[in-house]
Amino acid sequence: MSRLQVVSGKGGTGKTTVAAALALALATEGKRTLLVEVEGRQGIAQLFETEALPYEERKIAVAPGGGEVYALAIDAERALLDYLQMFYKLGSAGRALKKLGAIDFATTIAPGVRDVLLTGKACEAVRRREKHGGFCYDHVVMDAPPTGRITRFLNVNDEVAGLAKIGPIHHQAQAVMRVLKSPETAVHLVTLLEEMPVQETADGIAELREAGLPVGGVVVNMVRPHVLDEDAVRAARGDHRDGIAKALASAGVGGSARLVGPLLEQAAEHAQRVELEREQREALAKLQVPTYELPFLGEGADIAGLYRLARELRKLGVGA
Amino acid sequence: MTLEGVPGLEVDPLLDDPATRIVVCCGAGGVGKTTTAAALGVRAAERGRKVVVLTIDPARRLAQSMGIDQLDNVPRRVDGIEGDGELHAMMLDMKRTFDEIVEAHADPERARAILGNPFYQSLSAGFAGTQEYMAMEKLGQLRSREEWDLIVVDTPPSRSALDFLDAPKRLGSFLDGTFIKLLMAPAKVGGRAGMKFLNVGMSMMTGTLGKLLGGQLLRDVQTFVAAMDTMFGGFRTRADATYRLLQAPGTAFLVVAAPERDALREAAYFVERLAAERMPLAGLVLNRVHGSGAAALSAERALAAAENLEEGRIVDQGPGKTGVRGPEATSPEPGAPRTTAALPDAAATTTDVTSVVNTDVTAPPAVAELTAGLLRLHAERMQVLAREKRTRDRFAALHPEVAVAEVPALPGDVHDLAGLRAIGDRLAAGRH
Repeated sequence: MSRLQVVSGKGGTGKTTVAAALALALATEGKRTLLVEVEGRQGIAQLFETEALPYEERKIAVAPGGGEVYALAIDAERALLDYLQMFYKLGSAGRALKKLGAIDFATTIAPGVRDVLLTGKACEAVRRREKHGGFCYDHVVMDAPPTGRITRFLNVNDEVAGLAKIGPIHHQAQAVMRVLKSPETAVHLVTLLEEMPVQETADGIAELREAGLPVGGVVVNMVRPHVLDEDAVRAARGDHRDGIAKALASAGVGGSARLVGPLLEQAAEHAQRVELEREQREALAKLQVPTYELPFLGEGADIAGLYRLARELRKLGVGA
Repeated sequence: MTLEGVPGLEVDPLLDDPATRIVVCCGAGGVGKTTTAAALGVRAAERGRKVVVLTIDPARRLAQSMGIDQLDNVPRRVDGIEGDGELHAMMLDMKRTFDEIVEAHADPERARAILGNPFYQSLSAGFAGTQEYMAMEKLGQLRSREEWDLIVVDTPPSRSALDFLDAPKRLGSFLDGTFIKLLMAPAKVGGRAGMKFLNVGMSMMTGTLGKLLGGQLLRDVQTFVAAMDTMFGGFRTRADATYRLLQAPGTAFLVVAAPERDALREAAYFVERLAAERMPLAGLVLNRVHGSGAAALSAERALAAAENLEEGRIVDQGPGKTGVRGPEATSPEPGAPRTTAALPDAAATTTDVTSVVNTDVTAPPAVAELTAGLLRLHAERMQVLAREKRTRDRFAALHPEVAVAEVPALPGDVHDLAGLRAIGDRLAAGRH
């Protein structure tokens, strides 16, 4: 069972929602999880309807059975200052560095340093132990950058270890890489049953595999039920216009003659969607990665919806 | 489909106006930004303009639809455009763009030193922001070539839609910053009288950085910075020029979104940010909006009618079976009655079919079932419409001044020019 669960996905597929639901799902039965955000978007705070998260681990939800979800919005600048403090006891010198623009340089300009700090902080939380020796968090779930950048983001430490050949950053980068490439980590990709996200997921998995990063599962989000089954869709293609008009009239729908056309048109669109989704499911099956489907939440992902998705993820056994 | 009180975005007049020289498409990821940019390019070209589309990271199929599936950083003419106009398209290669800047602004020897520097190689391949900066750089280049009368730009898939506005400034301020000056000319600063304090600060700093990064990386950085010295002024000047270009009257920003909460929230941020930066917003393109030709029939009535049809069939199939209605009325589970009612008539189905014809439900069961399905499908569609309307209304209440073009949802993805053309038609017709 992987202790670091990285959740990525194409923009618009709901990766933050899935990451949060996964943190909840893994927290049930008295477990403690940490949900981390690395992109400074405050997506977790919006999702849990709380004020912006500070750079501090704080409890944001309680899971069924007494589990706890903590959240942390990792800030690269603060992570760097912490890090300098930890290793060099810099104190006021850290502030001087900041004034000179060195911190800004390190966190926004210097290649990879930002990503090293973000992944480093997450890995630190994964490895952190309590006084009695047990792990602080049973699981750490990361709301990671999107599919297009995930391999680069996770693999940045390899590059940095090559660039900074000695020194603490080199060692730190290597330590982080050891966690990320081990079975302790699982990278999940969130997608929709649409062509572009599925294609991007396939590309993402290929890139992750090539980089030697452990692929977890594919989470297919926002799956809508098929109101008409395939037989009905086929039946709708036949000419039943008169019959349908009569049936509508008998069911008390006025102006039924004018409705038949648009209703059949909607059925044709539905049929096309069913067909496209079937193709995308096939494409996903070829990836040979466990695939999990989550239902579409009509009213958007509010807190109740989040708990519902968490129950689904638990049922499906994602991350377990 | 209509939004009361919201101005419509007139896409064709915008594209036709010779004064429009740059259209920037921005918005959250996954809302169809690149597709919108490509569709606008096709439409403008077919309306007679000479257009270049700069895409950042197109999906393979979309790139193929314009014949630019190879990455080469050079605008290529797109075949199959109808009319007198021309369409050129290109995909940004950020490393190549960065290399070109170096080659154009440094003498060959210095350029070689920079291109071979490990720090430069990492920087150009993508520190957070290179892509945004290079997109703006490329835009400036395309504009200064005066070869096209309209440039349509797609923006990078950033962690935040606002990154591409900030990144050039960030790079500019870094290049102008104290830190880089210290890194660049330690001897000069340290040698001056009265600068002892700074010198101490500096050596402490480079000492720390050296420890942190490893001395070799720091030396790489210093060599890089020294080699780039002469180019810094140029970077800064061009970043400022591109920024001013974005504020110029010939530029039009289109914020792209889908009628979903998060995408519209991001769109609202963007609208506010553009206003704060005095950048000209043309309007909002709302992709994937659902409609219905049967919108007069509400979700509630459709569901009620569907139930009518389903119940009607059940009742008619069991004439004389007095128990049928009983469990239905008392069952707490809405899904349960159909099963309980359907079970007893399984054996009697064939004989019951005839009885159905003679009752007030004149349609045969298969058609009744099909019609009920159509009604349920319609109810679902109407619920989607209602949800989308709520999110749009929320946006419109916050920003009533923003003109909106709605693009109806397509069931599939776009694969060719015809598909892009169809989107363009929808875009142009999308003003309500």
